[in-house]
Amino acid sequence: MPPILELKGITKRFPGVLANDHIDISLNKGEILALLGENGAGKTTLMNILYGLYKPDEGEIFINGEKKEIKSSIDAIRSGIGMVHQHFMLIPVFTVTENVMLGEEDTHMGGFLDREKAAEKIREISDLYKLNVNPDDMVEDLPIGLQQRVEIIKLLFRNADILIMDEPTAVLTPQEVDELFAILKKLVQQGKSIIFITHKLREVMECADRIEVIRLGKVVGETTPKDATPEKLASMMVGRAVELKTQKKPSEPKDVVLSVKDLTVTDMHSRLVLDTVSLEVRSGEILGIAGVQGNGQTELVRALTGLKTARSGTITFLNKVVTKSSPRKITELGSAHIPEDRQKDGLVLKNSVEDNLVLNTYYLPPFAKGIILQRMAIDENARKLVEAFDIRTPDIFTPTYALSGGNQQKVIVAREFSRPIKLLIAAQPTRGLDVGSIEYIHNRIVEKRDEGCAVLLVSTELDEIMQLSDRIAVMYRGKIIATVNASDVTKEELGLLMAGVMPEIQKKKEVIGQTRELVT
Amino acid sequence: MNKETTGQEKRNFLSIFYEELSKSSITIIILSIVSGFIMGGILVIVTSPEVYKAFAVSFGEGLATSWKMVANTYSSLFLGAFGDPAKISAAIKSGDNAKILSAFGPFFESLVVTTPYLFTGVAVALGFRAGVFNIGAEGQLQVGSIAAAWAGWTFTGLSPWIHIPLALLCGALAGGLWGFIPGWLKVKTGAHEVITTIMMNYIGYYLIYYLVAVPFKDPNEVVPKTPWILESAHLPRFFPEPIRFHLGFFIAIGIAFLIWFLLFKTTWGYEIRSVGINMNASKYAGMNITVITVVGMALSGAIAGLGGASEIMGVYWRQSQALSTGYGFDSIALALLAQNHPLGVILTALLFGFLRSGSKVMQLRAGIPIYIINILQAFIILFLAAPAIIRTIYRLKKPSIKDLPISSTTSLSEKK
Repeated sequence: MPPILELKGITKRFPGVLANDHIDISLNKGEILALLGENGAGKTTLMNILYGLYKPDEGEIFINGEKKEIKSSIDAIRSGIGMVHQHFMLIPVFTVTENVMLGEEDTHMGGFLDREKAAEKIREISDLYKLNVNPDDMVEDLPIGLQQRVEIIKLLFRNADILIMDEPTAVLTPQEVDELFAILKKLVQQGKSIIFITHKLREVMECADRIEVIRLGKVVGETTPKDATPEKLASMMVGRAVELKTQKKPSEPKDVVLSVKDLTVTDMHSRLVLDTVSLEVRSGEILGIAGVQGNGQTELVRALTGLKTARSGTITFLNKVVTKSSPRKITELGSAHIPEDRQKDGLVLKNSVEDNLVLNTYYLPPFAKGIILQRMAIDENARKLVEAFDIRTPDIFTPTYALSGGNQQKVIVAREFSRPIKLLIAAQPTRGLDVGSIEYIHNRIVEKRDEGCAVLLVSTELDEIMQLSDRIAVMYRGKIIATVNASDVTKEELGLLMAGVMPEIQKKKEVIGQTRELVT
Repeated sequence: MNKETTGQEKRNFLSIFYEELSKSSITIIILSIVSGFIMGGILVIVTSPEVYKAFAVSFGEGLATSWKMVANTYSSLFLGAFGDPAKISAAIKSGDNAKILSAFGPFFESLVVTTPYLFTGVAVALGFRAGVFNIGAEGQLQVGSIAAAWAGWTFTGLSPWIHIPLALLCGALAGGLWGFIPGWLKVKTGAHEVITTIMMNYIGYYLIYYLVAVPFKDPNEVVPKTPWILESAHLPRFFPEPIRFHLGFFIAIGIAFLIWFLLFKTTWGYEIRSVGINMNASKYAGMNITVITVVGMALSGAIAGLGGASEIMGVYWRQSQALSTGYGFDSIALALLAQNHPLGVILTALLFGFLRSGSKVMQLRAGIPIYIINILQAFIILFLAAPAIIRTIYRLKKPSIKDLPISSTTSLSEKK
């Protein structure tokens, strides 16, 4: 039996870049094939060719042994190929049924939508693959994990046999990832075939049947999880040996730099999003804030950086009360902030790299004399930082939107680290970045700690928290429910804490700080 | 209580529209202008009865007449805007100063028409840079003109060195106030400036209607008009009557350069541009969004107000009731055409000014209605807003920066 999908010699050139260089890949029926590679390795280009969005310069596509020309996504769907994009293509104010029907509307009685029939089919699909989706729910009310399942249903509804998942776990919580993997397993059991695009090693090891590693537009190796180790995969991906574990010395905490007491923050609708949070960060230590996305971490960071006014409580930074201070005041005191959403908060994307490198210092000498900007100084600063932080950009005048995610993040890191700082607040500092960039940014953060900076690290990635933190505080529903020493806790225990489950660890191990009773 | 909501507006159609425009390249701009003229020509052809008659005779005749109509339209537009080249060269040969001036008359008149476009164009461009869509330039221009007129006849016995700046200042203050109010409302209540500036246009319009009819009415006139402004408040004209070319043109050019300097060479301009592009990142960087938005809007209004003052002090010398100019609305188009660059505005204001000025002669000589120019301008903007059309017609390649998978850290190893 021929493989269900075969790509032969696919080549795609963009001006100046060979994105895909004679790629040969085949997918067997009923298997999960992981396509592993760093950002910019050519994974997405390849899948866009398969999905008819790009036309290959060379190469052929075979489906069930039959040569096919895929010129558009419609051709792809007809050939049984479906794609779940990284960013969902759903209409929030429509129900699940309406979203799924879109473009495939069944009608009855001369033009009326047959919602019932579609809903019935959705229920069948949902039951068959244990997706647990209610066709009548409004999409905007669903958690992200369920929205993703709606995307999967859309494909199954159109009878897709080959599912392409583009970085499907980027937006999911650890629990949701596990659930997704269970669903994928179920799908292949029922005879579907899946291509899973990712740059995360753990996921590949966990759910793939076979792994193809792509680097610089070429297939550089094929393996199976049985034969591979994360270290081996990482070095295949990057092309050199990679330290997956950040090397760091034991911390030497000194004076308290940041102290937060009973901080309470409400949202626009006066709902409590941060509930009497207290914490301390000392110079020379990294305090990790673990938690599932949306449990108050965002608000905590916004309150600490002056972007959101606290309802009550006090924030003390270097012995000064800054609860009501403006972002500029807090920055000037020596606080640096790597924001959670680099494109929304951290960069003015349309502006050049050099302008973004002085985003919060443009008004200070040497960058300004009075109100006159000093271009020479700004240029020189940019050239220096681009060199020192290895920012890959054609030149310093390039708008930052043209940079890759990793390099955008480096612009922010360069800007924040190039000032004398006492406190670093890093929110999701490596979200969406590839192994090389993650390694780089982790090392820089540890370096800052060793220089005596106090670091508050907020991340939803357990691995990141475990690797970098000296102490870990877990947030759940706006509260810090436990603070533990990083060396005393296992990943499983942390995972449970993040889900709001208070395991036996408080009896087993020393729990620093107070543990609050949970209202569940 | 800080307002989370103002900073996180959803992208509305305006911001998408604006973004699309700002991405267009110089090629697209020039091709849009060319295409606008072509569409205008087609419109002239299909609306002329002569063409249909000629086509009834024969196809060749029809084509010839069409060509003649279009050529005639655009040549009279050119004559009206720049003057008659034959006349100019004859006048220069004769060496008679008066003749030379009169031959250059249309050219100078076009510069006079360009002047208010310069002010309002820079005003709207500045607004866009600060992230506010100032549709109120029309109203700001009008209140600026009445304020300057009032200062022009009220203060007596001043030397022009004091009177002229004073009257200009009054115009700028009035326009600035008309801009400040929507800016303040936007920041304090979240009221969208598009709505409020349109409202302010009406308030300004009817306020002038009232002022000219009642308190400021010149008792010697039947039709409501204000008194003449004093000579000490006249902006100097460079040539004898009837050429109206006045100092306002150079003030406007000066303002354009000043705003360019402000936007691109100062920390204030850095803040204005940052806030205009990304409010969240600006807040993160510690900028005061509230102040920057309000100041941006007020400054934009003040420049439009100056435009009104320059019209009264340089051209009309008194305000009549219905001074509906349309300058304020055209200036939105020309600011977009200039990609909100103050120096680009100089070019597009000249284009619009010469078109508007030439269209009068075009109507007289070729019998083509002035409105064809508005349609032509509309086509230019339409093509700019939908660059895909231009790219398809002229087979331009799409800027491919987004399609490019930029290698980032993949080549780390190579460097080492």
